[in-house]
Amino acid sequence: MSKQIYWEDIEEGGEVTPLTKIATTQMLIKWAGACGDFNPLHYDPHFTESVGIDKPIVHGALKRQWMIQLMTDWMGDEGTLSKFSCRYRAIDYPRPMRTMSEPEDGETWTCKGKITKKYIEDDRHCVDCRIRVENGNGETTTNGKATVILPKRS
Amino acid sequence: MLPEEIKSLIGQTFGTTVFEIEKESVRRFADAVGDYNPLYVDAEYAGQSRYGSVIAPPGYISSQWYWGSSDKPAGKESNLKISSLMDVIRALMDAGYHQAVDGGIDYEFFIPVRAGDTITATSLVKDIAERGKGDDRAVFLFTETTYTNQNDEKVAVTQVTSIHR
Repeated sequence: MSKQIYWEDIEEGGEVTPLTKIATTQMLIKWAGACGDFNPLHYDPHFTESVGIDKPIVHGALKRQWMIQLMTDWMGDEGTLSKFSCRYRAIDYPRPMRTMSEPEDGETWTCKGKITKKYIEDDRHCVDCRIRVENGNGETTTNGKATVILPKRS
Repeated sequence: MLPEEIKSLIGQTFGTTVFEIEKESVRRFADAVGDYNPLYVDAEYAGQSRYGSVIAPPGYISSQWYWGSSDKPAGKESNLKISSLMDVIRALMDAGYHQAVDGGIDYEFFIPVRAGDTITATSLVKDIAERGKGDDRAVFLFTETTYTNQNDEKVAVTQVTSIHR
């Protein structure tokens, strides 16, 4: 994994290392199978049209999992995610596939985070962050917050 | 105004779900997210980590709702968990709220979930509240789930918000 960050090294107002993601129709099918959410809203245009949405949309929970990865990648093997919350604010549409494994050109999403508070609680070295998913236009479609416990250097 | 029968669901506990954390299932989940953290997918690497074995990504357990078997006698569905959640959603549909969307989730994580763990999830209808006026009127359903492992240790608590119109 990436090198470990330590509680002493981070500062309030600092950034969490951003994580870019591309939602594809294939990814949505994989996600549906992996977690068992077979809501046709995420793969069946016939169904989505019947509820007034042009085409299948990205699962909120998949965007949630991207944001969890944002935090776990950043905190490293010795970090612990202790709290996480998010709210789904707007719809995202996946890129269609061009080949068996490559999506069409299009939107790329970026997960971002900002350190809001650094403190010690019950001997644990905690960091609170505000986090979000931005779509290709830089609009926030999901936001939330997370608390991680980081190791100390000494 | 929420009908009485909807209000009566507040405080009710759903069927308990039990499921095992399987290494392959964790790997497929990681692949679906595109999160190839070796703690999730590399048994040798994870074995040498402070966890001593493959762990499930935080969030994994709350996305296995529909897979688990139930420790209650089989009902009309093979999986009582979803049928119970569906019972709440159906009651809301009968009351005129035909569309449901996922609003968000809150987690508190207590201890890591390792491959081989057996997780028991117990859900309860924490609250059902009507918000907004006119076309913005919606019902917010808050479901709290507590996850414990085979040692009766609490591993996580979640609160899921769904919005019904």
